[in-house]
Amino acid sequence: MQNQIKYQVDFLAIVYFVLLVMLGWLNIYAADYDPELNNSIFSLDQSAAKQMLWISASILLIAIVFILDYRFYESFGYIIYFGVIILLVAVLFLGKEVAGSTSWFEIGFIKVQPSEFAKIGAAIGLAKYLSTYDDQRFKKQRLRRSAAFFLLPMALIILQGDLGSAMVYGSLVIVLFREGLSVRLLLFALYILLIFFLTLLLDQWILLVVILAISLIALGLFARATKGFVKIISIILLTFCLVKSVDIVLNDVLKAHQKQRVLSLINPNADPLGIGWNVMQSKIAIGSGGFMGKGFLKGTQTKFDFVPAQTTDFIFCTIGEEHGWLGGTFIMIIFGAFFMRLLMIAERQKSAFVRIYGYAVFSIMFFHFAINIAMTIGLFPVIGIPLPFFSYGGSSLWTFTALLFILLKLDSKRASFLQH
Amino acid sequence: MTERIFGIRLFLVLTILILSIRLFSIQIIDKTYKKAAEGNFIKKIIDYPYRGLIYDRYGELLVYNEPVFDIEILPREAKLEDSVDIKALFDITQEDFDKRYQKARRFSKNLSSIFYEKLSNERFAKIQDRLIDFEGFSVQSRITRGYTVNALSNALGYVGQVTSQQIGMDTSGYYKSGDNIGVTGIENTYEEYLRGLRGVRFNKVDVRGVYMGAYENGSFDTLSIPGLDIRLTVDAELQLYAEKLMKDKIGSVVAIDPTTGEILALVSSPTYDPVLLTGREYSKNYLDIQSDTTKPLFNRPLQAMYPPGSMFKTIQALIALQDHKIEAKEIIKVDGSLIGDHAPPGPYDVERAITKSSNNYFFKVFRRVIQQGIDANPYIDTRIGFENWRIHVLQFGFGQNLGVDLPNEKSGFVPSLEFYDKIYGKDRWKFSNIYSLSIGQGELNVTPMQMANLGAILANRGFFYAPHIVKKVGDINNSELERHFVGVDSAHFQSVLDGMQALVSVPGSRGYIPGLIFCGKTSTVQNSQGIDHSGFMGFAPRENPKIAIAVYVENSGWGARAALSTASLLIEKYITGTVKKVWLEEYVLKGDFEDAKPN
Repeated sequence: MQNQIKYQVDFLAIVYFVLLVMLGWLNIYAADYDPELNNSIFSLDQSAAKQMLWISASILLIAIVFILDYRFYESFGYIIYFGVIILLVAVLFLGKEVAGSTSWFEIGFIKVQPSEFAKIGAAIGLAKYLSTYDDQRFKKQRLRRSAAFFLLPMALIILQGDLGSAMVYGSLVIVLFREGLSVRLLLFALYILLIFFLTLLLDQWILLVVILAISLIALGLFARATKGFVKIISIILLTFCLVKSVDIVLNDVLKAHQKQRVLSLINPNADPLGIGWNVMQSKIAIGSGGFMGKGFLKGTQTKFDFVPAQTTDFIFCTIGEEHGWLGGTFIMIIFGAFFMRLLMIAERQKSAFVRIYGYAVFSIMFFHFAINIAMTIGLFPVIGIPLPFFSYGGSSLWTFTALLFILLKLDSKRASFLQH
Repeated sequence: MTERIFGIRLFLVLTILILSIRLFSIQIIDKTYKKAAEGNFIKKIIDYPYRGLIYDRYGELLVYNEPVFDIEILPREAKLEDSVDIKALFDITQEDFDKRYQKARRFSKNLSSIFYEKLSNERFAKIQDRLIDFEGFSVQSRITRGYTVNALSNALGYVGQVTSQQIGMDTSGYYKSGDNIGVTGIENTYEEYLRGLRGVRFNKVDVRGVYMGAYENGSFDTLSIPGLDIRLTVDAELQLYAEKLMKDKIGSVVAIDPTTGEILALVSSPTYDPVLLTGREYSKNYLDIQSDTTKPLFNRPLQAMYPPGSMFKTIQALIALQDHKIEAKEIIKVDGSLIGDHAPPGPYDVERAITKSSNNYFFKVFRRVIQQGIDANPYIDTRIGFENWRIHVLQFGFGQNLGVDLPNEKSGFVPSLEFYDKIYGKDRWKFSNIYSLSIGQGELNVTPMQMANLGAILANRGFFYAPHIVKKVGDINNSELERHFVGVDSAHFQSVLDGMQALVSVPGSRGYIPGLIFCGKTSTVQNSQGIDHSGFMGFAPRENPKIAIAVYVENSGWGARAALSTASLLIEKYITGTVKKVWLEEYVLKGDFEDAKPN
């Protein structure tokens, strides 16, 4: 019973949260609004009414998070983590297949997507692992090993056929970066990713010739010492293996429709009537918004159902069309301020667990935010992930709410954590 | 560490900056999106492909695509004052009008529903102009399958809307909700060729939905590609005549061209009117047909299984001749004591035994085939003989799928060593347990298709081509003709065919066709469930055969009556083009095969 200072729950973070959720709800209402039918907003046929229900339920969720003891998350970190892993494995066998992905549990009329909730588990599990034994000597090794905590759920979710959700876990690299992962290793990972995508995009022989040419130039320039020479040679060999194995996996291991899915991820125009068309429509809706937008409920593109999934993955279209560049930028600034707040909260922790968890929350939400908007304006392939607090749907709203409020709960108890 | 914290924040700010700049560029700098949206709404229209047509072997159209028009009503806008004119337009009574209107009203006031279904092209043309005067009525056009004749339904199959289950199971990713798919028959087996390729058009429409031209000059559009036409091997005239003869009877007719394996006629009786399985009443009609106790959807030629009965004696003779267990002219005396028989006792050779269908003769022949005296132990000896016999039978295409290009072909059943071991125990059964096989009874089961194929084997003196019903897909001939030899030398067929010829060569008899020499064998298939089935298998003419045929008529007793008569008429029709035996035709049409043999 030493330090009795009571901290408040971070007020500003809650203000941002409420603001984002309310703006999100208004946009769902607008996206689903049909001027011809004067349906009551309370009619459950409307997404907005149902979203209100999910929002109400999230208040309950917040209450549960606050009632639970703050030590729960750290103490049961691994149990929570392996709990979600078991769910992810189970859904592969017991899940219902929707549009090619087996990522849903169906219990009566309720549908649950474990890959959503697994984000919380991955954040907690990673934080727990990285914060135990704060010994600097093993830090680097531990950082490298910790990647397994998000690579495992990532692999399981890829098996479900939901590449988009799986990519979210990759964002946790930001946490490792903050904790001191070697930049060289990061660059190496980026290099592998780059080669992977290039293999999909280019003819493999052209790619190999280009890489060989670049490497030879690099050899000529830098390989004075034998050590550098060995390094560059091994990178060349690795690249060759990688290019070849991507090719083998793509052409021999994957089934035709899986291959198509991977390819259209890289090149949306490969399927002009599917994903490519959606992006075109999305850009028309947003582009037609202009500087000020057409005004609340005045959007024409979204009203006439031109934009697919306009209450879920493409909710940003409604913002862009009805509120223009000003509205879109305004909402991005609110998100930016919110993210800054999260980073600030994370940095003020004495407990490494809470700090790392805070960064994990930031990484996951930031990835959703950036990629979701980027895909609606044609900067990133459509991978079908929601915009936090804006996209319609209970699963994602609750996941983001829980992620945030667990952090706020831990933050409010930061004085109680033992100082290391 | 601090530079990393700063780096992350910088990354956040830069990301938002990039997104905002990109937003600025598509919202403010680039005007094309604004133009695309302004006044130009884009409507996506699926261009459904024309399904391939189906013709008979001579190019006579059997199945086509028919545009039909449904009149829809929007109750909110429809004016009841117009009802008098509308009744006149559609030629319906007040009562009928009220019923249709109320049904739509109950469905929804604000949503359109069907008022009048399936107007033909001509009727629609007549009322089209007047319909515009009535508010709340609109037209939906669609395409259904049309049939020039009410025949061959089971083989043709039908087309239905693809179900969500089928979409889920489709690995090619072609099907989308609203597509058609062949559900059974040829429509199913040749779906990939018939369906064509769906197209899509993007039209610009104004706020009122009026067409304003193609979006981006049609650069996103793809034209639908019509499906390939299919030419069947079926002779429509023969098919129609066969169906006429089989009307009100239960059974099958299969006719094959033995020189190619082409199916000339394929009757499954009773059948259904294919028109019933098109259009909106599909579900209701399907349930009616499916719950019919006579099973019209059951494709009997390929799926019904019967014992072959006496027709099987032809194979027994061929196997015994091939294995030199008998000689064609060898006289075997029978006294009628071994097995029940309708043939008189006395001396028999192969020819006479086939003609008279002597059960006792074939009992003895089969005993020689099974008990070869290779092993002293009668149980082991039976096993050796039986396995040898079974291999012969399988070569005739029994007990396995023939590879017919229609769905759900049944393989029939030829018992195996394991089968009898399971019943009697290993080495606990011998000839006395299985002698029923000698006369094509016992555990044997065959499909009418396999029997017709036997006719083709006999016609070819020892080989067959897999029976098939499609001659040509698009411009490509179905040319995969592989001879399947049955392992019996052609010389051995002589005596069997002599016997079959004699059977149908008695002037004035039902089978006899003046001026035509052909071969046939009847079966009176024992039926433990009721009256025996009447069966016939044969081919014509004896030299240079053109048609092999099998007929099964259930519960009609003697093979020499219903089945032989039907087959004889069909052979005459196909070979000579006309039917002269009017009395026989009347006899078959009447369908009363008096004193049908009781069990």
